[in-house]
Amino acid sequence: MITVVLPPHLRTLAHVSGDVEIELSEKPTMRSLLDAIEARYPMLQGTIRDHATNERRAYVRFFACEQDLSHEPLDTPLPAAVVSGAEPFFIIGAIAGG
Amino acid sequence: MSKARVLVGTRKGAFILTSDGKREKWNVAGPIFAGWPVYHLKGSPADPNRIYASQTSDWFGQVIQRSNDGGKTWEVPGGGKAPGPEDFGKPPAPNKFVYDTSAETGKPLTTHQWYDGTQHPWEFKRVWHLEPSVSDPNTVYAGIEDAALFKSTNGGESWQELAGLRGHGTGPKWQPGAGGMCLHTVVLDPKNPQRIYVAISAAGAFRSDDGGKNWKPINKGLKSNYIPDPNAEVGHCVHRIAMHKSRPNTLFMQKHWDVMRTDDSGDNWTEISGNLPTDFGFVIDVHAHEPETVYVVPIKSDGEHFPLDGKLRVYRSRKGGNEWEELGKGLPDRDCYVDVLREAMSVDSLDKCGVYFGTTGGQVYASADAGDTWNAIVRDLPAVLSVEAQVIP
Repeated sequence: MITVVLPPHLRTLAHVSGDVEIELSEKPTMRSLLDAIEARYPMLQGTIRDHATNERRAYVRFFACEQDLSHEPLDTPLPAAVVSGAEPFFIIGAIAGG
Repeated sequence: MSKARVLVGTRKGAFILTSDGKREKWNVAGPIFAGWPVYHLKGSPADPNRIYASQTSDWFGQVIQRSNDGGKTWEVPGGGKAPGPEDFGKPPAPNKFVYDTSAETGKPLTTHQWYDGTQHPWEFKRVWHLEPSVSDPNTVYAGIEDAALFKSTNGGESWQELAGLRGHGTGPKWQPGAGGMCLHTVVLDPKNPQRIYVAISAAGAFRSDDGGKNWKPINKGLKSNYIPDPNAEVGHCVHRIAMHKSRPNTLFMQKHWDVMRTDDSGDNWTEISGNLPTDFGFVIDVHAHEPETVYVVPIKSDGEHFPLDGKLRVYRSRKGGNEWEELGKGLPDRDCYVDVLREAMSVDSLDKCGVYFGTTGGQVYASADAGDTWNAIVRDLPAVLSVEAQVIP
């Protein structure tokens, strides 16, 4: 089970109060994780990835295991510690504000 | 007794203001969608408790919200949480605004003019305006930035671009105004469901007579000195258009500079600025019961977006323009340097007509006597982006 930490605005939008637990049936990559999040919470479609390009929105960042994964290809395998549930996958609104 | 409800969109959430028909005491509910800019909320004329809202952010994009109970509860149309993993499948596509470039119904995604005159790709940014159908609560139009018109017939669950507007030929001459290249005004003809008016900053006004399939610019008579040909077919920064439902061929326009009117559905415009102290401004609206009574809020200039001399004033013409009277009883007489943005004025249909406007300083002012006197019904909201008044039976 993968633990995903959503930014507060997206938690509100998804009607969840804490971390999100996602189980992947496919190869655990950032893409398959985002696909699963959007399938579980359809209201988040377009808020993390752009609807037209399916790419990460410019002011959204992905962190895990103290690493910035924002600019890694979406098909990059998730870190083993994320897949095992030992570490969460963070979806972050860029620090610029908002 | 009928009630008044005012839907307020701000930089940091939405608020719903309610009062009885006297409109003396107001209840303020909110913030709704706290922390997000809410560009516009509007209720369906066919079902006032069906309300659509545009929640938008540079961080997390565009979200459409819908209420079926007058704003007490909200949902993302088509965005309901899947009950469990067995329900994943192929989900719907809420909030999906993608320009139609299909060969069958769409138009190629060309370029528009950038601030410096070069060409720039069309990019979806946000929904500025939501206009529900006059007769069907599930049909709603969305005016977006970069300028295009979308339509939903299933309550906002999915959206289809009316691509004839963006693709009708003058798109490369459209350019953004200070707020971006936005389609901010959608006016539906209540007597002719095939007729739609829209306005774009900075392209001008356009009309469709076939339900949105084909469009023509309707800017004859507009003069804009910030484009090479001041009388060009397109390129005009129209800020707002208003119509009285009893006279759908007459429109009133607040342009970047100049207040204008047409009596032939936009084919020809004439200036009605008359004795206004400045004819720059953003809002314009028409009295609910008097089709020749028009309201504007003059703003000093395009470089100084605040009232003249620090005095916030509404101007009213009872003669369809040219002759304007200053309305200031209850409004700030000094040290007021707020702006009143283009979506931020509305009227209700009670007797007497209620008039409302919101400011970038967070005040919402209301008049329950057609503009004769004013009160701030709430003072310290985030900057107000939009105001829409409703009458609830």
